[in-house]
Amino acid sequence: MKWILLSIVVTATALSDLLQSHEMKRAGEQSVGARGLARLLKTIAMRRDLILSIVCLAISFFAFMALVQAEPLSFAVPASASSFILETVLAKLVLKEDVGMRRGAGALLVLGGVILLAR
Amino acid sequence: MTANPGMRFRTYSLLGLFVFLRPLGNLSLAWGTKHFPQVLSLNPAVYLRAMVDPFVALGIAMLILALLTRMALLSLADLSFVLPVTAIGYVLAALFGRVFLHEAVTIQQWLGTVLIFMGTGLVGTTSQNTTPNSKESK
Repeated sequence: MKWILLSIVVTATALSDLLQSHEMKRAGEQSVGARGLARLLKTIAMRRDLILSIVCLAISFFAFMALVQAEPLSFAVPASASSFILETVLAKLVLKEDVGMRRGAGALLVLGGVILLAR
Repeated sequence: MTANPGMRFRTYSLLGLFVFLRPLGNLSLAWGTKHFPQVLSLNPAVYLRAMVDPFVALGIAMLILALLTRMALLSLADLSFVLPVTAIGYVLAALFGRVFLHEAVTIQQWLGTVLIFMGTGLVGTTSQNTTPNSKESK
């Protein structure tokens, strides 16, 4: 069961982030000032993929809650942080981002750090 | 693609806001639920009662604002830039846990924070946006 929950967390997180990144870049520069927030909320309400990304985020959140209820946090946090690597690869392949050596190495260092921090 | 100084400033402002909002929101939520007299169960009524607690409500409000800030951040910067750079929040969460909740932080965990700092610093030296401007033409 824990691997099913973990798969749901990682897949839903990756899908949510990919959708958000793609749609937010299409929507153009946003801010979180008083006027910016109103515009951002309007942007979210008008874009189906952004709403879907929030649904994915909610699925990921509840699956993570179920995971930490059944498994130790020292497993749940580093295991779900593996989405870092999946998302970095997908950012290159799907979003066509330029993920060079420095970004790749940085993501691996952060993953290592998260694993140590969760122990 | 090199970002102009104005865009870089806006990106790092949103980054700073997000990095503080998320651990502060989690801290407020943890504080509120730990001091909530009832055990959180599958009963939604208990969750609704917990949400009236000022610390829980404040935590939820900060986490919603953090989500919106991260979405605004993704309008300016690549996902592969945002992911590792925002991981600095894990370090702040450990620090807040140590300072406010008096949780123990082991040597291994401090080593983890050093790795996260190094990774974040390394990614921070790359260009924030490497994709062509994909804004829709209206």
